[in-house]
Amino acid sequence: MGALQSLPGQPQYADLAEKTGFSYDQIGVLHKRFNQLSHNEETLRRDHFNDIPDLACNPIRSQIIEAFFDRRNFRQNGEGTVDEIGFEQFLVVMSHFKPPSLHITDDQREKIRKEKLRFIFNMHDTDNDGTITLEEYRHVVEELLSLSETLEKNTAKSIADAAMLEVASISMGHMEPDEFYEGITFEHFLKLLAEFEIESRMNIRFLKMDTTTLCK
Amino acid sequence: MAVLLRPPRRSCSRITALLVRSACVLFLVVVCAASAARRDVVEGNNDTSHHPLTNSSAHKKKPFPVLSFNYDHVRKPFEISLWILLALLMKLGFHIIPTVSTVVPESCLLIFVGLLVGGIIKAIGEEAPILDSKLFFLYLLPPIILDAGYFLPIRAFTENMGTILVFAVVGTLWNAFFIGGMMYGVCQIEGAKLADVDLLSCLLFGSIISAVDPVAVLAVFEEIHINELLHILVFGESLLNDAVTVVLYHLFKEFSHAGTVTVVDAVLGVVCFLVVSLGGVLVGAIYGLLGAFTSRFTSHTRVIEPLFVFLYSYMAYLSAEVFHLSGIMSLIACGVMMRPYVEANISHKSYTTIKYFLKMWSSVSETLIFIFLGVSTVAGPHAWNWTFVVSTVVLCLVSRVLGVIGLTFIINKFRIVKLTKKDQFIVAYGGLRGAIAFSLGFLLTNSEMKQLFLTAIITVIFFTVFVQGMTIRPLVELLAVKRKKENKGSINEEIHTQFLDHLLTGIECICGHYGHHHWKDKLNRFNKAYVKKWLIAGERSTEPQLISFYNKMEMKQAMMLVESGSAAKLPTIVSSVSMQNIQPRGPARRRAIPSISKSREEEIRKILRNNQQKTRQRLRSYSRHDLMLDPFEDLSEVRFRKQRVEMERRMSHYLTVPANRQETPQVRKVCFEPEHQVYTYDDSDSTRGPRSSPPDAVSLLSESPQRPSRRGDGELRAKDEQEELKLSRCLSDPGPKKEEEGDG
Repeated sequence: MGALQSLPGQPQYADLAEKTGFSYDQIGVLHKRFNQLSHNEETLRRDHFNDIPDLACNPIRSQIIEAFFDRRNFRQNGEGTVDEIGFEQFLVVMSHFKPPSLHITDDQREKIRKEKLRFIFNMHDTDNDGTITLEEYRHVVEELLSLSETLEKNTAKSIADAAMLEVASISMGHMEPDEFYEGITFEHFLKLLAEFEIESRMNIRFLKMDTTTLCK
Repeated sequence: MAVLLRPPRRSCSRITALLVRSACVLFLVVVCAASAARRDVVEGNNDTSHHPLTNSSAHKKKPFPVLSFNYDHVRKPFEISLWILLALLMKLGFHIIPTVSTVVPESCLLIFVGLLVGGIIKAIGEEAPILDSKLFFLYLLPPIILDAGYFLPIRAFTENMGTILVFAVVGTLWNAFFIGGMMYGVCQIEGAKLADVDLLSCLLFGSIISAVDPVAVLAVFEEIHINELLHILVFGESLLNDAVTVVLYHLFKEFSHAGTVTVVDAVLGVVCFLVVSLGGVLVGAIYGLLGAFTSRFTSHTRVIEPLFVFLYSYMAYLSAEVFHLSGIMSLIACGVMMRPYVEANISHKSYTTIKYFLKMWSSVSETLIFIFLGVSTVAGPHAWNWTFVVSTVVLCLVSRVLGVIGLTFIINKFRIVKLTKKDQFIVAYGGLRGAIAFSLGFLLTNSEMKQLFLTAIITVIFFTVFVQGMTIRPLVELLAVKRKKENKGSINEEIHTQFLDHLLTGIECICGHYGHHHWKDKLNRFNKAYVKKWLIAGERSTEPQLISFYNKMEMKQAMMLVESGSAAKLPTIVSSVSMQNIQPRGPARRRAIPSISKSREEEIRKILRNNQQKTRQRLRSYSRHDLMLDPFEDLSEVRFRKQRVEMERRMSHYLTVPANRQETPQVRKVCFEPEHQVYTYDDSDSTRGPRSSPPDAVSLLSESPQRPSRRGDGELRAKDEQEELKLSRCLSDPGPKKEEEGDG
């Protein structure tokens, strides 16, 4: 790590490290990447993300980018979206992908699980009403299939419907014929993905070495 | 045998006794056959010697032989079939006895049977068939490996590839050298009478005994159902260490003749290892691609599709063996390479055939291997040396434990999901040795040392299979190791698996480093863009994975419905949630029960009662033909019933008069007919979602006789009332929802 002009001093890092759980090296690498993406400005905007060429072929690109600007992911119980984020918010969003350390209690593991699932829930729940409605879920499936050439709207819809039916069956069990299942609440979402082991799957290996010069 | 005859239930003892008796009969037949063969040969000789004499003299007419005995003719296939039949009868017998099969793993029982059979044959004085290495490596091993490789869980395997490779390569090397070295040290001890075993022979022995055996691991781990991670770690290691074993074995065998090892030889050994493993994988991949390409054109000859899979894989194995490359790795690579494309191309029946044939062959092979192992133990010449054998067993355990702990310490620095102490214990304890070690030992040149080695190998195999195999199940339960979770085939989990893949790839892009997910994503895109176009026929080449998963699930559900429908049972609907519950509704939901006067209600009831008579005749014409055309006839019937069930539930909600409310609808015959004039319902409620409609009206025709009667005497009256109520409910019902037809 060479001397960089816009590198904050150690005390600021200490604060960030405590908040997010990253090590100083990792924060340094991520800060470098932040500067690279924002062209050395103070804040990142959506068009900065659009500049990343590798991200262009990702089917859920727009949802990923939105997740960075979603106040719900900043761990400050905020709501709504912002138009630009600073390094701290960037780091907080990234911290959702940190792998859990080896020696943690079951409670801590459960907490981490909930956090990660909350992140994905927020990605699905675009209108911020606390439930994933059928329309929103259909949108998710359509986005996933958006890269295939032979996309049939009906197939995407029926997959989403089948999925929703499954959630309703698992969560509600018995429903009267005229009852309406409003949408997937967070509790139902937790129940649905109870066996998904998200705490071991939703992880990125954050390097301590600086490889940002290798990637665009 | 007395043990087998003492199970608690009478019927079981009878069946077991019968089986044992039949087995004895089979034995006697074998023995008679063997001795008859000898007799036959002798008789043959006599005939030929007499023949010239009779020829010279006048032709004396012999009476026409009505019944003759010529066993020699069919001897070989007869004996092979007999052995296989015996093995399978034994296997059958174990599963009938309930208590034994839960405690003792099948492999132990089979070895035990082999010991018995070997003992009997030896007691009779016959020559027992031994586990010939050629037979083992060319015929018995490939089906098991192909079965394992074809159904390998790819995702778990590739995610843990690094760990598996480290265990397989470094772990096996460590085992081989540690055991070899320590055994040499043991051999130098005075008084052990082992002074003539030199270092290279010890290293050769170490290389034979060090490898974890896939057959034994499969046999034991199949029954304990531990979680996927541990299963794939131990099993993957047992598959991939074949390359190391092959190289070390040939290396030391060559050198033990030569006598010395130089540095050049060691370097060549490393090069050889790379060639053997990578070459094996390459050969397998080529054959796999060939197989996938061939399957693209088999749409007109579906019957031979499974054969292509089997033959290409077997050819891959044999071709690798020609060059002394690792046959196992070649077979695995072939299966892995072929599978996604072949499965997209072949018919469902071919897929089922492949699955069952592979399972069948591997099951037979496994059974035969273990029985032969038992027989060979009794048959072979043994040279028992307490020091050698005991130290071998101890050293195997020690080196395994040390190796696993040491390697895990290093590996955990690179893993995201670390291996806990429990995991390490299971991995160490699951390092079973098996028939491969025995066959490799058998291939050694005949000498005093060979018998010594074979005895030790057999003892280690017995120890690991019996002691470790039997105790691993209680230990797994004791340590509360995570078990394999049931794969429910949830569409939500599949959606989220894909979602997560893309999400993590995206985050890696943003983070700025090319990690695991990035390369996987690139590979997938390459696969989709180029490879699939070449290897998958027709339009399925562009089908995204989510859609094929969904289609497979629908197919499975349809199959399930067919099966339950043919058993005349309603499908087990776990919950009462149906499509109507999740469809979005209009803003104002009004209950469509019109308020009508009592007299009007009476009139309507009378009309309906009259209609009921008429519509009874119309039932037949509407029962099936109005539903959409389905490939499975029973499926439509069951779906019909399912619709009825839902209809009933909805109707029961609109009770205008309180009455016996039944939890499960008992009506058997309900049909739908389009009689719009019966209804007075709000138009707003009819626009509920795009679904095709069954006919609108509902009429009840007959009640099921099994309805639980809650009141005794007024039952008949209650029935009648109920019928009327149901009819009136039809009135107030706003109309059945347009049900969605199933997608294929």
